[in-house]
Amino acid sequence: MRDSLAAFVRKEFLHIFRDRRTMMILLLMPIVLIILFGYAITTEIKRVPVAILDQSRDEVTQKMISHFVASEYFELYKMIDSEEEGQALFRQGKIRMALIVESGKLKGENEIQLLVDATDPNEATQLSAYATQIAVESGKVKVESENANSNAKPLSPFTFHLSPDQGIAPVIKLLYNPQLRGAYNFVPGVMGLILILICAMMTSVGIVKEKEIGTMEVLLVSPMKPVYIILAKATPYLLLSLVNIATILSLSYFLLDVPINGSLLLLVGVSVLYALVALCLGLLISTIADTQQAAMLISAVVLMLPVILLSGMVFPIENMPEILQVISNIVPAKWYIIAVKDIMIKGLGFGSVLQEIGVLALMVVVLVGLSVKRFKIRL
Amino acid sequence: MNVIETDKLTKCFGTFTAVDHISFTVGEGEIFGFLGANGAGKTTAMRMLCGLSTPTSGTGKVAGFDIYKETEQIKRHIGYMSQKFSLYGDLKVWENIRLYGGIYGLSEKQLKAKTDELLRVLDLENERNTLVDALPLGWKQKLAFSVAIIHEPRIVFLDEPTGGVDPVTRRQFWELIYQAAERGITVFVTTHYMDEAEYCNRVSIMVDGKIEALDSPSALKSSFKAGNMNEVFHALARGARRVDN
Repeated sequence: MRDSLAAFVRKEFLHIFRDRRTMMILLLMPIVLIILFGYAITTEIKRVPVAILDQSRDEVTQKMISHFVASEYFELYKMIDSEEEGQALFRQGKIRMALIVESGKLKGENEIQLLVDATDPNEATQLSAYATQIAVESGKVKVESENANSNAKPLSPFTFHLSPDQGIAPVIKLLYNPQLRGAYNFVPGVMGLILILICAMMTSVGIVKEKEIGTMEVLLVSPMKPVYIILAKATPYLLLSLVNIATILSLSYFLLDVPINGSLLLLVGVSVLYALVALCLGLLISTIADTQQAAMLISAVVLMLPVILLSGMVFPIENMPEILQVISNIVPAKWYIIAVKDIMIKGLGFGSVLQEIGVLALMVVVLVGLSVKRFKIRL
Repeated sequence: MNVIETDKLTKCFGTFTAVDHISFTVGEGEIFGFLGANGAGKTTAMRMLCGLSTPTSGTGKVAGFDIYKETEQIKRHIGYMSQKFSLYGDLKVWENIRLYGGIYGLSEKQLKAKTDELLRVLDLENERNTLVDALPLGWKQKLAFSVAIIHEPRIVFLDEPTGGVDPVTRRQFWELIYQAAERGITVFVTTHYMDEAEYCNRVSIMVDGKIEALDSPSALKSSFKAGNMNEVFHALARGARRVDN
């Protein structure tokens, strides 16, 4: 039986190697995704044009403005002389943020107004957070926020005040990712996506292809046990996905400076577990689909969309309506991504990802049970 | 000696009786034609004999093994060629031979000898490294048959093996079947072509899940007073209620 299994695994590798185009796609896809997310599709804020109106010109505000200009988030577009000029620049789309420093009503106390183009609310939130941080760093300030966009103009800047203060000074410290690097979030996401894609989609298409060309029937009539057929099918894709994990991790480590703070062994272990879940999903899909196209379509709709939309890779799960939050629990990628972030970024150990490992393991058991049942019914 | 024996073999899917109490025997080295219109129950019957499907009732033995309990042993002693083409088009000729040989547990030495012998007999020695996809259909089918009996099974099941092949190639294919039968391999073949039915030692004709006739082609022709098997078949199939799947 071991010999026939070996013969079968060899055959599966040949299928992959002979199909050059698919193999190239499988090997290049992680590289392309990492580069795309790392350099093109970035949610990070960089060099946003800012106009500054400084009516005070004292030491504290000068220091703060120089901090603003020096930061990589903002770029001074123009020093302006009036608020109206700032509004005009907003309307022309020249700037996305304006900083207005009013002259101190009392000695040594300035009121700072921040006008942010909130047409993209996420960006506006991030911009004001960065600005607040810089203001806080440049002097003792009290943050008082106030939404002033009730009279909704087409372009509705939201405003809040920063004022120097003698008393309370918030000290903001960002844990794990002090530079707010987007790569820390998307690298685990890309890993979750690639593994599902390769293990589930390719396995389901591979099995359905055999049904389509009629070889599956011949295999089922042979002494080869169905479980061996499936094992042999899964092996090359499991190995291929390990290669992809290695590619993603080295690219993110060397190119994007994403650290691997935790145990590499644990990271690979969790990845293999997740790959197993994906393989089982592929197997289940193969028992439902009758054609390769159907298998591909089901994989795309049932697997990839939830990974992109519901795993927390792109949209934060905490912000979703409750029903979607509940649904997100059955998306394996969600648990995998949490575990990878814990291990890679936070550097946590086995004990901290126990829950995620448990959920993924449970998914394997349930899926294996379901597919075996369905596989038998079809015979 | 009989290599296939069935007694009142029945398979129901819900209220639908796909195979209805069929009883027959097939002797060793016999070429047994299994005829019937689409939906008559041929494939279901064949699947039960191959151990792919559990019968609802009745008994059966294939190669001396029980079709309920000993399906694993049955699988070791039978060969199978499906109506769909059952080789891998993206593998080379020799890789296909080795794969199936490997699945049936042939040793490295046996594999090598078998591969050489097979390529010589089929006159495919120059095509050893050709991808199967690149071979003409007739060659593919001959190769598929040879691969199906690579482990010298007691019985080989052929499910409409000659669909879409021209008459000359079909004739050549049947020569391979005769050679296999001479070596003592029982051939159980389903077909749509009535001229092929004439090549069989005995044929059974299934109508609506039941075997309506079973004899040698010449005996059938004389009892139905028909000039050829086509007329015999139509005389029986006319009464069929089930037309398609």
